[in-house]
Amino acid sequence: MPDSNIISLQNWTGKPAQNTIVQLEDVVLDSESRRLVDGISLTLRSGGITALMGSNGAGKTLTLRLIARLLQPSSGIVRNCSIEERDIAFVFQRPVLLRRTVAANLLHALKLCKVPRHNRRERIQLLLDISRLSEMANSPARMLSGGEQQRLAMVRAIAGNPKLLLLDEPTASLDPHATSMLENLMTTIANSGTKLVLVTHDAGQARRLSSDVVFMHEGRIAEHTPTHQFLNTPQSDEAKAYLEGRLLV
Amino acid sequence: MEEIRTAFAAAFKLIVTLDHNLFEIVGLSLYVTLTAVLIACLIGLPLGALLAVGRFPGRHLVVVFINSLMGLPPVVVGLVVYLMLSSAGPFGVLQLLYTPTAMIIAQALLVTPIIAALSRQIIEALHGEYDEMLRSMHAGRMATLSTLIWDARYSLVTAALAGLGRAFAEVGAVMIVGGNINHVTRVMTTAIALETSKGELALALGLGIILVGLSIMINTALMSLRSEMERMAYA
Amino acid sequence: MTHRRPITLLLGAATALSLLSSTAIADGFIIVQSTTSTQNSGLYDVLLPQFQKASGVEVRVVAVGTGQAIKNATKCDGDVLLVHAKAAEEKFVADGFGISRSDVMYNDFVIVGPAADPAGIAGSSDITAALKAIAIAGAPFASRGDDSGTHKKELSLWRATGYGPAAASGTWYRETGSGMGATLNVGTGMGAYVMTDRATWIAFGNKGGHKIMVEGDKALFNQYGIIAVNPENCPYVKSVLAQKFIDWILSPSGQDAIGAYKRDGQQLFFPNAS
Repeated sequence: MPDSNIISLQNWTGKPAQNTIVQLEDVVLDSESRRLVDGISLTLRSGGITALMGSNGAGKTLTLRLIARLLQPSSGIVRNCSIEERDIAFVFQRPVLLRRTVAANLLHALKLCKVPRHNRRERIQLLLDISRLSEMANSPARMLSGGEQQRLAMVRAIAGNPKLLLLDEPTASLDPHATSMLENLMTTIANSGTKLVLVTHDAGQARRLSSDVVFMHEGRIAEHTPTHQFLNTPQSDEAKAYLEGRLLV
Repeated sequence: MEEIRTAFAAAFKLIVTLDHNLFEIVGLSLYVTLTAVLIACLIGLPLGALLAVGRFPGRHLVVVFINSLMGLPPVVVGLVVYLMLSSAGPFGVLQLLYTPTAMIIAQALLVTPIIAALSRQIIEALHGEYDEMLRSMHAGRMATLSTLIWDARYSLVTAALAGLGRAFAEVGAVMIVGGNINHVTRVMTTAIALETSKGELALALGLGIILVGLSIMINTALMSLRSEMERMAYA
Repeated sequence: MTHRRPITLLLGAATALSLLSSTAIADGFIIVQSTTSTQNSGLYDVLLPQFQKASGVEVRVVAVGTGQAIKNATKCDGDVLLVHAKAAEEKFVADGFGISRSDVMYNDFVIVGPAADPAGIAGSSDITAALKAIAIAGAPFASRGDDSGTHKKELSLWRATGYGPAAASGTWYRETGSGMGATLNVGTGMGAYVMTDRATWIAFGNKGGHKIMVEGDKALFNQYGIIAVNPENCPYVKSVLAQKFIDWILSPSGQDAIGAYKRDGQQLFFPNAS
């Protein structure tokens, strides 16, 4: 806490304070045969949505997993500032839902987050409302459509009010309508004060949702710039090529 | 095939005449086997789950050992339990030999490895699917175990059924520790063995037909229960 | 939680079923280690209810081979021993495992065989000659091979012939390693001669084409004895109840009940308590 106070004072510009919540310092991840993440340094501040872009194999998903502590770096440091590990939540590309009803999936998450018993019912209703799943509360979760499943996975992830929500291409396999509903949900979550980091290939989605873009190429961060700048005037050659759709990996 | 025709007639006669001895034997069979399987589930399920999720030195050896125990001959289990429970054995003071309790102990020992081994397989497969999700939700060891067991519950019914089938059909263990005492420890399988040794082959086969019928009923009941619950709560 | 209910129900039903159908509560019970021949003949089904009615004591019979019965009793897993191998019984008493031995009843052994009678022994009453003929002909013979009273008797009869069947084991001499009934099933199944006690044979339901070939030799006499297990060795033995049973079976009412038991009009056991 003292740490974050200092930073917020230093960064004070008259706008709402943007605390640093996670810092990566020279993080490397090696597999047995090759280097997957090659010395990235990144500072994530609270508020808004950060898009994480790059071609397949650039290391986006691995970086997300490193931040979530689902992977341990081979070297370098992943540091939480002003948040704890419990405050980080994750939404996978393919949602893994429990073999239970929609409501039971949420209840399970609330129990894991140690939400007090008397608050649970109300909290479940709220999560169902914002994900527009109220009518399916008692349906088996695995009977839902792809979009509904992903919305459920998303509200399940925020059951415990996380400060950082990591999303790994949540709309990758969804139709435009389902994508739009999910984007609305992400905006709602971001507006409630949760920081989102979104891996996406969709430049339009990045434009609609994100404030800044981290662009990765071959395990490194090629650039980290405000979204409009990234999309309109990319700095790196790799980003230019990527946006023009002719990047060869 | 005169014998088989007579066997069906014998089975039919025992059932329609509500044969008192038959009901006693069937009742004891169900009581012994269901209790044994229940105990085996209480031990085998958590054990299987622990082996599926736990990472400790020697885990692989334990898994191989338990898988091997699945094929343990009932006679061997019966013999070991007999030596334990014999008046001259370490638990002789309990005077449990030749009682239904002894039969339950033997069958529970016989079935526990089956339930443990099968539930390990089932839960390990589910763990592969759930592991990252549960870790991303910061689930602890106990929460992980209970989530896996609860979500695998319908598959675990199959493991319990496998155990039930083995216990219901075995004769070697209950014969040795129960003694096949009339009205006390005589169950379906030992009665069949007895009738066979008396040369009453048709009656023995008739009892066998009833045993198969019972087994089908139990399986149908549990499987339909399973699919009903699955339909309601899970896809 | 509702999913557990059917199992609970099933268990409950099973318990109720087994309780409902269990026999009248007895004052106490004893365990008798005995032989398959006596059990398979159906004698106990008649004898034991009479004793229970007279004494209030329930008798639980564990029927195994004589050898196994004696071993079980040596381990104190029984209160009374009722078997048929006099020499082994006397050793059991001499070694201090039993209190004393009494004759209870007798019947006799017979040789049964297929109607084709490959050894040509039908109608013989000379067991030694008949066994010799079987060995010379190499005709199939199914032996208990299980250290039971019947098996011990059979081996002693072979010794008298001078032909050791052990050498022929696996060829014409087949050791089943199982009880009397199972061995008879093997014998009728493969057309082999079998030595069996008469009671089991009369009560046996799967005779096939087999008939009694040899009977009436004095050497085929089959004596049953009863012994109370020694409480000095076995602290859990129910000596009082055990003695009650032995006293009853040796008494006129017990002996009469044995003599009165018939299958197909034939008496199976002949009481001879002294």
